[in-house]
Order: sequence, then structure tokens, then C-alpha cells
Amino acid sequence: MNRIAGVFVLLVVMYVALLASTPPDIWYSNLIDLANRQGLWGVMTLGVAVLIVAGGIDLSIGSVIGLSAVAFGLLMEAGYHPLLSLAATLGIGVLIGLAHGLLVTKLRLQPFIVTLCGLFVYRGLSRYVATGAVGLERIKKARPASAGVIDQLQYALVGESPAGLQFPAMFAVMLVLAAVLGLVLHKTVYGRYWYAIGYNEQAARYSGIAVDRQRIAVFVISSTCAALCGVLWLLSKSDANPESAGASYELYAITGAVLGGCSLRGGEGTALGMVLGAMVLPLLQKLVVFLGIGDAILPTVIGLTLLAGVMVDEALRGGTRLSGLFARLRPKGSGPGG
Amino acid sequence: MSSPPLLEATGVRKQFPGVLALDTVSLRLGRGEVLAVVGENGAGKSTLMKVVAGLYTPDAGTVLLDGRPVAFATPAEAMSAGVSLIHQELNLAENLSVLDNLFLGREATFGGPFRFLNRGAMRGKGADLVRRVGLPPALLDAAVGSLPPGQKQLVEIARALGLDARVLIMDEPTSSLTQTETDRLYTVIDGLKADGVAVLYISHRLAEVKRCADRVMVLRDGRNAGELAKADVTHDNIVRLMVGRDLKQFFPRDHRHGAGAAVLSVEGLRYANGPELPASFEVRAGEVLGMAGLVGAGRTELAEAVFGVRPVVAGTVRVGGETVTIRRPADVIAHGLLLAPEDRRLHGLVLERGVDFNLSLPNLDRLNRAGWVDRIAERELANSSIARLRVKTPNAAKPVGQLSGGNQQKVVFGKWLARGPRVLVLDEPTRGVDVGAKAEIYALIDELAGRGVAVWMISSDMEELLGMSDRVLVLPAGGVAGELRRGGGLTEEAVMRLATGGSA
Repeated sequence: MNRIAGVFVLLVVMYVALLASTPPDIWYSNLIDLANRQGLWGVMTLGVAVLIVAGGIDLSIGSVIGLSAVAFGLLMEAGYHPLLSLAATLGIGVLIGLAHGLLVTKLRLQPFIVTLCGLFVYRGLSRYVATGAVGLERIKKARPASAGVIDQLQYALVGESPAGLQFPAMFAVMLVLAAVLGLVLHKTVYGRYWYAIGYNEQAARYSGIAVDRQRIAVFVISSTCAALCGVLWLLSKSDANPESAGASYELYAITGAVLGGCSLRGGEGTALGMVLGAMVLPLLQKLVVFLGIGDAILPTVIGLTLLAGVMVDEALRGGTRLSGLFARLRPKGSGPGG
Repeated sequence: MSSPPLLEATGVRKQFPGVLALDTVSLRLGRGEVLAVVGENGAGKSTLMKVVAGLYTPDAGTVLLDGRPVAFATPAEAMSAGVSLIHQELNLAENLSVLDNLFLGREATFGGPFRFLNRGAMRGKGADLVRRVGLPPALLDAAVGSLPPGQKQLVEIARALGLDARVLIMDEPTSSLTQTETDRLYTVIDGLKADGVAVLYISHRLAEVKRCADRVMVLRDGRNAGELAKADVTHDNIVRLMVGRDLKQFFPRDHRHGAGAAVLSVEGLRYANGPELPASFEVRAGEVLGMAGLVGAGRTELAEAVFGVRPVVAGTVRVGGETVTIRRPADVIAHGLLLAPEDRRLHGLVLERGVDFNLSLPNLDRLNRAGWVDRIAERELANSSIARLRVKTPNAAKPVGQLSGGNQQKVVFGKWLARGPRVLVLDEPTRGVDVGAKAEIYALIDELAGRGVAVWMISSDMEELLGMSDRVLVLPAGGVAGELRRGGGLTEEAVMRLATGGSA
């Protein structure tokens, strides 16, 4: 609970700073745009966070986003109905997750390694299947019959009409996903299994739980969320570059999950925390731009925020080296950097 | 005026979260003396040794070495002062050679700050050290990982001798040794004694305590329970001090009334990476079958294979006459065969979560209402289990990791009791459990057996095996070496003879 309160306070401070640094007449459009981006990041963060709760990790998310954004576009360009293309793209995510899960459980490979390989494999595949960027304009031109459905999808999932961004639909998508995953995590038998496996896989196994099946399921959730994120990517940005779409987003997703209270050791995290954690980085991004700090330094800011976050968290938990360190520092009262 | 004892500890107190491990414990150890420290699991033996060796800082009390107070902050400090602890789990780098291990952290070097290894110098000293423990110098280049357990133990002792150890602390040194290796260890201890080295010897094998100790000190629930001079060291004297009560009451048989039909039949069972020799045995309704054997004889592995955690490669397992196809624990759990694993912290419990969470874990199929966890049924399960087993916890949500060992073990039992077991496999059911909780667990085992549950109890605790079992099977290294029946030659000596490869 501490962790959630901490992230919440951080968010409030950052929102206030953002509003203070922008003129009131762009508040509304700025916040909608931000919420939409938070929704996009939230979808991938929720997926990997559930996997992390069950003790896994997924480094392939960024490449899955790239591959699915490209695949979604190419399928539509090839003349498949946009909804069928969407379903097929999510299917790719399911298959990827299934492959990861099977490799991890049946061949006993480490999740880190398996998904690291995936990171390369899917990036290469998206570069191979698409020569150059895939764009909605080109698709609409090639398939005029699909243009109407694509516009409707864009409106429903992104909140964008030809007149511009109307409402943060991707934020809503994230909230729906969070509600569903939250119910599963906190109220159902499956969520119980995942927490148990994340904390102590052996104890779960010895309790008669079909551990392998559950571990495969969470890999599928992670990859499918990444695939959904790829669909949203193409719809919201109107084009996807096979080289760069989603590149290094796996790290943003993991960062969001950790900020939201997930422990990489597994077993910890709440749906609410995951949502709040996912909201931090896009906000930070905006803030850096509007405070005039400059986009160049952004990765450093992200890194330091995460570091500060986990240090404060460790200290709050107490009983760690870090809290001892803080305790030692306090009475001396000497400033840092001596 | 007599000179002060080599080592003296007075009023040592050590508190862990939820447990008072040591409560004003004292001990004295003279030069060239072998003092055996015995006690039930959880009596505080290991904690006391770790305090003496500098692994733990006591909350109160003093440790005097040569009459001067010492407070070792690290094991390294203790070692350089001449106090070395030989661990139960050996602390050797398995991938390095014997020589490298002997000098690990205090290598002879040359070249000033470049610290090149001076292997020549180390080799010479190393050869002397291994000779003192009766090992051939040719062994210096062998990788420690390739040595049998007995030789590893001797390498650890040699390393301690290299540090001019004056006090050697051995924590259950023979728990994984064969009879020959044990005999050799006794010889080495006799030699050390003659050199004036004092030995603190932790053991719960009373036969071995009689063999090598000059004095026996008994701990019970973190307190000094008494001391016995060599002449008074008898089995009954020690056990009475250890459990502090009448033995009949401690190991109850009030509910049991004879064994019924076989509930679990294991025939020709072999498991992956296990011994060639297949194991066959039966556990009958209403009996407690004890299973003895050396550490590493494969008792735990056998139980794991039957429980579906370890792949079975040959043989059949029948529960209640029905052949069970074992692929995963759920297969045997469905037949009512349940395992309370040896390592409850690793395999039995999710330590970070509450008592209720853990109790629900194997019962979620019953708490499942169309995928949702039935919170009301869950709370009832938690409350009734806590009440029935008398788990001492402030509330059902308390993380089990913060409970005492005895209460943790009760939770492990509680996980399964709700399912109405037919066969209960108990692997070291009272390891790390205080005497009070132990008595409760024994009473529970007796009650379950009385209700017709077939209990298969794996134990390294000789008193427990002899006290609780109706029959004892001894596992040498796979297979089954022999069977001893209550009232038919079931003694500590007979069990050890079978376990170490002798005949019944």
C-alpha cells in the first residue's frame, strides 16, 4: 500500500508541475494526449506486470509490438478485413506467448534468455516482412473498402476522428484491461496461483497446482498485451517502422511495472499499482519537454526516477541495508556529494 | 588457581523474530576436550555454535576465549582467533581444487600488490594439512566437487587446522558419512584431542556421542537442560534431559489399534537420476511406517518420486488398490496421498503470505466457485485449521515466515488435513520444531493413524523414529535394506547398522 501511495503522490506532484508549466488553454488537449499515451504504455505494462507477478520476465515486448504493428498493417493491406486482421494480430501474440511459455516450462530455459532471443527474432521478422514503414494512408489508398472500418477502429480504440483527437480511448482500453486483470489477480483462483508461483514456485508445485500451465498462461497474457499494444501503435501513430516501432519499449514496460510495485523476484504487485506505475513515464516525458529540460536528457531522468523509487521503497520497507544507510546519514546531517 | 577454560560462554541470549532461540545458555570447554552438545531439533544447538563462531551476535551474554572476552563480528575474525566452524552444509567451493579451498581467502602470494599465487608454498603446507586428517597429498589437485562427503568434511577440518584452530565446532559432522568415514573422523578427532584442540560436537546420534565425547551438554528449548559426565552418558539419561518429560507421554500411541490393509503399495519403483536398485514397500492403514537412512540415501527423493515431483522411470504405485499414473502432484493428491515436504520453507510454504493464503493453496479446487475464490469458505477453512492445530498466530493473515518453526510446520500439516488424507507422507516432520510443538505434532500423527490414515514418516531423528514408528524401513542407498518391527529388534544400533550397509 505504501508503494501505491508513493506513486500516487509522485503522479499528483508531476501533474501539478505539468499544469503549472503549460498555459491553461492547452491543458485539455495536452491531458487527453497524455492520457492516450499512458493508455498505450499501460496496455503493455499490465501484460508484463502480470507475468512479473508470477515470477517471469519478458524482454521481447518491444519487438512483439513492432512485429504486430507491422503485421496488422500488412494484413489489412493484403485485403483482409481490419477486424479479422486485428484478431489475427492478437493471435500472433498468443502464439508467441505460447512459444515462450513452452520453452520455459518444458525445456526449463530461463525466461530472461528465451525472451531475449525473442527480442531479436521478432525484430528481424518485422524487418523481413515489411520493407519500409507501414502506413494507414497507404493501406486506405490500397484498400478503399477498408478505409471506413479503419477510421471507426481509430475512433473507438484511439479516440481519433479525422478532425483530431477527441477523447483518450487508449486510456479507457487500459482501464478495461486493468479491471479484467485486476479481477483475475485479486479475486480468482488463477490470480492466487500466480502470486503463489511468483513467491515460491516449489511450494505451489508441492501444493498440487499445475504450475507449468499457469506459467504458460502468463506468458501468453504478456505477449498478447504487447500485440494489442502494437495494434494501438499503428492506429494511433498512423504508421509503423519495422526498424524502430516499439524498440526498447520492453524496458519502459518493466520500469512501469516496477514503479507500480511489482518485484522482479515475483509475487508482488497490484492492478492499481500497475496502472499508476504505467502512468509515470509518459507524464515524465511530457514534463521534461514542457519544463524546457529537453528531450535529450529524458533517459537519464527515467533511470534516476526508477532508482529513487526503488531506494525509497526499500527504505520504507525497513530492515534493509538502505534503511540502515538512511538512518546513519540522518544524524550526521552532512549533505551529499562530500 | 586453575587456569581459565579455553572457551567459556555465559548467559548467551539470542532472539529471532518470533523465537527466543537461546535463553541464558552457558558452556565451558577445556583444552583437548570433546564436548558434545545434544538436544532436540530447534533446541538451539546450531544457534549456540553460530554465536560462538561469530556468525551471530548474541543479544546478551559473554563469550570468553582464554579468559578474555571476545565478540567476533565475522566468521573470519573468529577463525583468526582460532575458532572454526565446520558447517552442516559444507562451505567449500566445489568447483575449486582441494588446495585452492584450503587457502581460500588467505592465499600465499608474491609480487607485492600484484598478488600472484604462490602455489609452491601453499602446496607444501597443504600436504601437511591433509596428512593430519588422514588424506593422501595426491588429493590436493582434485576438485572438491568430485570427493565423497566424508572427504569433503575432512578437507574442511584440514582448512580449519590451517588456521591454527584451537576450537573446532562440528555441526552434525556424520549426518552424511558412511560407517568407515565416520570411524575415520573419530580417529581424526582423537588425534586433534591429543594436540590440545578442543572440539564442540553437535549431534543427535546418541551412539556416536557416547563414542567420542568427554562430556555431554543437553539443550532444551534454548536453555541448558543439564550435563552428563562420560560415565553417566546413557541413552535414557540423555533423552530424558532432551525432552524434559516422560517418554511414553512424549511419543503417544493412545489412538492406534493395529495396522489394517495396505493403503500405499510401492513396487519396483525407480526414479530419474536415482539408484539402480528399485524400492518396494507398503504402508498400511493405521500404522506409522518410519523410514531411516543416511542423508543422501534417497529417502526424500523416493517420497518426491511417489508424490510426482520427480520423474518415475519404472515401477508401480497403488493407493487403496488403485494404480496411480504419476505425472504431477495433482495425480496423487487426487488419490489422497499428501506430502509434507522436508524443506518446508522452500517447498511447503509461501513465507511472505499469510497463514490463510498458505492453508488455501492446495484446497483452491474446493474454494473455487466458477473461478472465483470463495472468501467465506476460505476464512472458515483458515479459522478451523488454526483452531484445530493450535497454530499460534495473532491473526490468519500473518505471513507464515514470521511464525516459529513449530507453527510453520503446523500450517504445512493444516494444508493437507482439510483434504482428509489416506496416506500422509511426512518428511522430517519435526525438523526445526521446538519440543512443545513437537509433542503436539506427535499427538496429531498418532491421532491420524488411529483414524486409519497410513503414515509414512521419513526421519533422521533417531528418537522420533524409535518412539513413533510401528515399523522402520531402512534405506541404504536406494532399495530397502531391511525392516525392523517394534518389539522385534527395533533399536538405534540396528537401524544404524542397516543404514551404513550392515545386515539386520
